Amino acid sequence: MTTATTQPQRGHIVTDSLTMTSRNLLHMIRYPGLTVFVVVLPVVFLLLFVYVFGGTIGAGLPGGAVDGREAYAAYVLPGILLMTVAGSAGGTATTVSMDMTEGIVARFRTMAISRAAVLTGHVLGNTLQALIAVVVVFGVGLAVGVRPTAGPLQWLAAAGLMALVAFAITWLAVAMGMAAKSVETASNQPLILTFLPFLGSGFVPTESMPAWLHGFAQYQPFTPWIETVRGLLTGSDMGVNPLLAIGWIVLLSVVGYAWSMVLYNQKSVR
Amino acid sequence: MTMVSPAIELRGLRKSFGNKVGNKVVLDGVDLTVSCGTVSALLGPNGAGKTTAVNILTTLVRPGGGSATVDGCDVVRNPDGVRAAIGLTGQFSAVDKLLTGEENLRLMARLRHLPAKRVKARVAELLEQFDLVEAARKPLATYSGGMARRLDLAMTLVDTPRIIFLDEPTTGLDPRSRHTMWDIVRELVAQGTTVLLTTQYLDEADELADRIAVLDGGKIVAEGTPDELKRLVPGGHIRLQFADAQALNSAAALFAEAVRKDAALSLEVPNRFGVRSLRSALDQLDGAGIEVADLSIHTPDLDDVFFALTGRVEHTRTEGIPS
Repeated sequence: MTTATTQPQRGHIVTDSLTMTSRNLLHMIRYPGLTVFVVVLPVVFLLLFVYVFGGTIGAGLPGGAVDGREAYAAYVLPGILLMTVAGSAGGTATTVSMDMTEGIVARFRTMAISRAAVLTGHVLGNTLQALIAVVVVFGVGLAVGVRPTAGPLQWLAAAGLMALVAFAITWLAVAMGMAAKSVETASNQPLILTFLPFLGSGFVPTESMPAWLHGFAQYQPFTPWIETVRGLLTGSDMGVNPLLAIGWIVLLSVVGYAWSMVLYNQKSVR
Repeated sequence: MTMVSPAIELRGLRKSFGNKVGNKVVLDGVDLTVSCGTVSALLGPNGAGKTTAVNILTTLVRPGGGSATVDGCDVVRNPDGVRAAIGLTGQFSAVDKLLTGEENLRLMARLRHLPAKRVKARVAELLEQFDLVEAARKPLATYSGGMARRLDLAMTLVDTPRIIFLDEPTTGLDPRSRHTMWDIVRELVAQGTTVLLTTQYLDEADELADRIAVLDGGKIVAEGTPDELKRLVPGGHIRLQFADAQALNSAAALFAEAVRKDAALSLEVPNRFGVRSLRSALDQLDGAGIEVADLSIHTPDLDDVFFALTGRVEHTRTEGIPS
């Protein structure tokens, strides 16, 4: 295509995106299986790490807490929350991959609607799904005895950061879903994201890791995110992590968005 | 401007799909003009390139060469102009299978930017018109093929597009659903919509289309009104059925040009002059005292045209065809 004389109807981008989002939300309400799955895994990990490993790992945390288990529950919750978001990526990639093979998407492509709207619908719908899962997992965290010390501003900031991370991860997952040759690949590929909190400060301080791993663990996206949420909720020192956290969010959102759009356009016109 | 220019115009349209093994030419220079407010049928066997042509015209596939305009807009340079004017009901259900029929229609109404108040009314109207009121709130998994196809078409018609593409609209439907579909198409045309339909059923093209283009091996091999096409093949024949081989033999001796079907004990006598030929044939049979068990008159239909033009055997095009 050399020249494009007509722009998609710009005035409708927002309306179309909202329409597509409501379509994705309807799918989730109709078929809640995926949402449940996204919640179950982190909850299991939370219970496992608090009640099985928590007593021992907690005793080894810097600062030497009185009750190791209680201290570790507070330490591990931010990691589990980020893991929840990472876990939702698998569901996103799967639904996107399945959706692209549906006749309805071919119909969307023959309609004068903004091309970004279809993808934005997936992103907003799945971001919301991830956040609902985060709230549920957080509720379980409160139930096992975590008591954040955050004030209203910190709460707001933590919630905002989680939303932005979910947004960035979801864009990446949308691209992965479209890049995948099959639905199976789409559901497996993002699993790698679920493991990243382990290779960061999600479960143990990165300082306790061997030097060769420490460098990666310290700067990979999940560590700044986890450290920032942890700092906001428990008052621990955040250092430069908030800046790194925002930087990773911007970078991953842009990469995910650009990658998705390229793939969507490639798949549209052969 | 769009009033005088044709609704759809193809000039030398080409498309081939390449892979490592070779290049498959699907459209090999197609010219076609569809006037506003008419129904045209693109008729052809499987693999003739019908769906590729529709996909190019609906901006799903980019043409390889030549030009295509829809509603005065070039499909490559102004795809959004094309999209604003068209509706497509494809061979494969373009419906959201995870939603109900009503939700599907509402989705389309919103994406066509109908005013909020109008959405509800229009959805109700379409459910009524397409006999989907009872199934409106049921998931699509419970829909029959005919219902899904009706919903599909209803979704295309939410905003009454000026030009509608129907890609094999009745493939896989039972006879009753087919006729319902035909009635719907006729209604559309009565309202002034331009329709381009693809079909491999000759009776469908004959029933619905003002003009028919026969597509075979990526080329238009004939184009015209159904009657014009029928005139392309010589007249029909009178089919005489006999009770035994002896009667067949005696009759065959009378009509030199007749074609014998020994297994069926029948004789096909060319019928060039209509009733006159028929009367003379019967007189001759009477004169020779031959008993005819049954008689039928066969007028040329599109089947004859189709087979005459496409060579009866469906040939599949493979790689290596020079383009």
